[in-house]
Amino acid sequence: MKNSLKEIATGFNSLVTGMRITLGQFFKPSVTVQYPHESLKMPERFRGHIVLVRDPETGKAICFACKLCERACPSDCITVEGAKLEGAKKKSVTQYVLDFTKCSLCGSCVEACRDGAIRYSHEYNLASTNKDDYIMDLFKRLEDERLEAERLEGSPKSEVRSPKAEAPRQETKAADQPSTPNSQPPGTPK
Amino acid sequence: MMASISNAISALWPEPLRLVLFVVGIMSFVGANAAYLVWVERKGAARFQRRPGPTEVGWAGLLQPIADAAKLMSKQLIVPAGVDRTLFRVAPLLMMSPALMSLAVIPFGQHLAARNINVGLLMIFAFGSVNVMAIMLGGWSSRNKYAIISAARVVSQNVAYEIPMLLVVITMIMVTGTMNLNEIVLQQAGGFWHWNFFRVWVNPLMPVTFLIFYTCMLAETNRAPFDMAEAESELVAGAYTEYSGMGFGVFFMAEYSNILLGCALATALFLGGWQSPIGHLLGNWQSTIDVLIGLFWFLVKMYFLIFSVVWIRWTFPRTQFYGLLNLSWKILIPVSLFTLILSSAMMKLFR
Repeated sequence: MKNSLKEIATGFNSLVTGMRITLGQFFKPSVTVQYPHESLKMPERFRGHIVLVRDPETGKAICFACKLCERACPSDCITVEGAKLEGAKKKSVTQYVLDFTKCSLCGSCVEACRDGAIRYSHEYNLASTNKDDYIMDLFKRLEDERLEAERLEGSPKSEVRSPKAEAPRQETKAADQPSTPNSQPPGTPK
Repeated sequence: MMASISNAISALWPEPLRLVLFVVGIMSFVGANAAYLVWVERKGAARFQRRPGPTEVGWAGLLQPIADAAKLMSKQLIVPAGVDRTLFRVAPLLMMSPALMSLAVIPFGQHLAARNINVGLLMIFAFGSVNVMAIMLGGWSSRNKYAIISAARVVSQNVAYEIPMLLVVITMIMVTGTMNLNEIVLQQAGGFWHWNFFRVWVNPLMPVTFLIFYTCMLAETNRAPFDMAEAESELVAGAYTEYSGMGFGVFFMAEYSNILLGCALATALFLGGWQSPIGHLLGNWQSTIDVLIGLFWFLVKMYFLIFSVVWIRWTFPRTQFYGLLNLSWKILIPVSLFTLILSSAMMKLFR
C-alpha cells in the first residue's frame, strides 16, 4: 500500500516534469531551416567539388595546366588542357573539365596542387535531372564569371543574369563569390 | 441574442425548424473543429518539437485541412476482397455519429443546448460505448491481421477504461444530484472556487477525480499515450489499415470529434461549463451579451483541455499494453471506487 502510493506519487511527479519540459520547448523559437527557401551556409573547410582559384592580381586562373591533379585523381575525372599564350612565361589553362559523376570527393587533386590553384567549393545544391550538368568545365565557368562581372560593372542595371545560366551554376556563384577573396586554398604540399 | 433568437424562433416557427438549425449548427461545429483540430495538432506537434509545422498552404498553413480533405476525397475508396462490405462501410459512420449525437445535450450556454434533457449524461455514455463497437467492427471486417489485433486491443482497453470513467461519473451524479448537464453547470455558478473541480468540501479527492476522468477520456478516444488502436510502430495503422480515402478521413475526423466531445464534457462536469471563473460580472446570464460571454468561457476552457490533449500526446511515449491495463485495473479503478465511497460517506455524514 505504502509502496504503491509512493509509486503513484513519483510517477505523477515524473509526468508533470515531462510536461513542464515540453511546454518549455513549446515557447522556444523553432530551429528548422526551411530548406528550399533558405539553406545553411557551409563551414569554411567544407569539402565540396573543386573550383579553380582566381589570381587576385590578374583576375585569371592561377592554374597553369601542370596536370598534377589529373594524375593524382584516382577516379580519372579531371581533364586539364593548357596552352602557352603569346608573351607569357608559363602555360595557362584553357580547359579544366571535372566529370562530377565520377568524382568521389577524395580531395587528392587539391592536395596534389602545388600552387593552390584549386580549392573546394562550398556548393552543395547540386541536384539536377540532366547528367550533362555534372560534366563541368571549371575554366569556362571561371571565365564566364569574370566576363559577367565585367559586363555588370560596365552597365550596372542592364541585365540581371544571362538566361543560359542554369540553376546549379547560379547558386554556385551566389555561394562562392563572397568567400572567394578571403578563402585560403588549402596548404600546398611540403 | 441567442436566447431571444431561440425564443423568437420557438414563438414564430415550429419546433422542427429549431431542431434543424441546431443540427446544422452542431454538424458544422463538429466538422470545422475536426478539420482544424488536425491543424492544431500538427502545429502543436511542430512547436513541441521546435519545428514551424505546416506553413506552405495558406497563411501559417491555415488552408492545410482543406488541402488534406481535397486529397482524401479524390482518392479511391478501396474495399478489400473478401471483407464484409456493409460492416466495413458502416464502421467509420458508427464512429462519427455518437460524437455528433452526444453534442446535442452539451450546454454551450444556458440557452445554447440543442436538447436540455434530464438524462443528458446517461445519453452521452450510452452513445459513447458505440465508439468501441465501431473500431471493433472496422478492424474485424477489414480481414487484416493487424486490424484484428488492434480491434482486440481496443475492446480490452475501452472496457478497462469505461469502468473508472463511469465510477467517476457516478460520483459526479451523486455529488450534483442530477444527470442534466445544464443543471450541473448551473450549480457551479459564482467563481472558479465553486467549480466541481475545487469542490473539496464534498470530496477532498475532487481534483484526482478530474484527473481520472481526463485520463480515461484520453484512453477512450484512443489518444497517445494510450493509442493502442493505431499503434503505428507495431500495427501499421491498426484498425484503419485497410481504409483508404475518406473512409480513413472519417475515422480521423471521428477521433477529433470524440476528443471535442470528451473535452466539452469535462468542461461541463468539472470546470463550470459556461460559467465565468470570476463570478457574474454582467447581469444574470439572461441577456444577449452574457450568453456570448458564457460561450466564450466555455470555448476557452474546452480548447485549453484540447491543447492539453495535444500536449500530452507529444510529451509521453506510448505505454505498453500491460502497462495500460495495469494503470486502469490497479490504480484508476481502486482510486475511483475509493472516491465514490468517500464522497458518499461524506455526503451522508456532513449533509
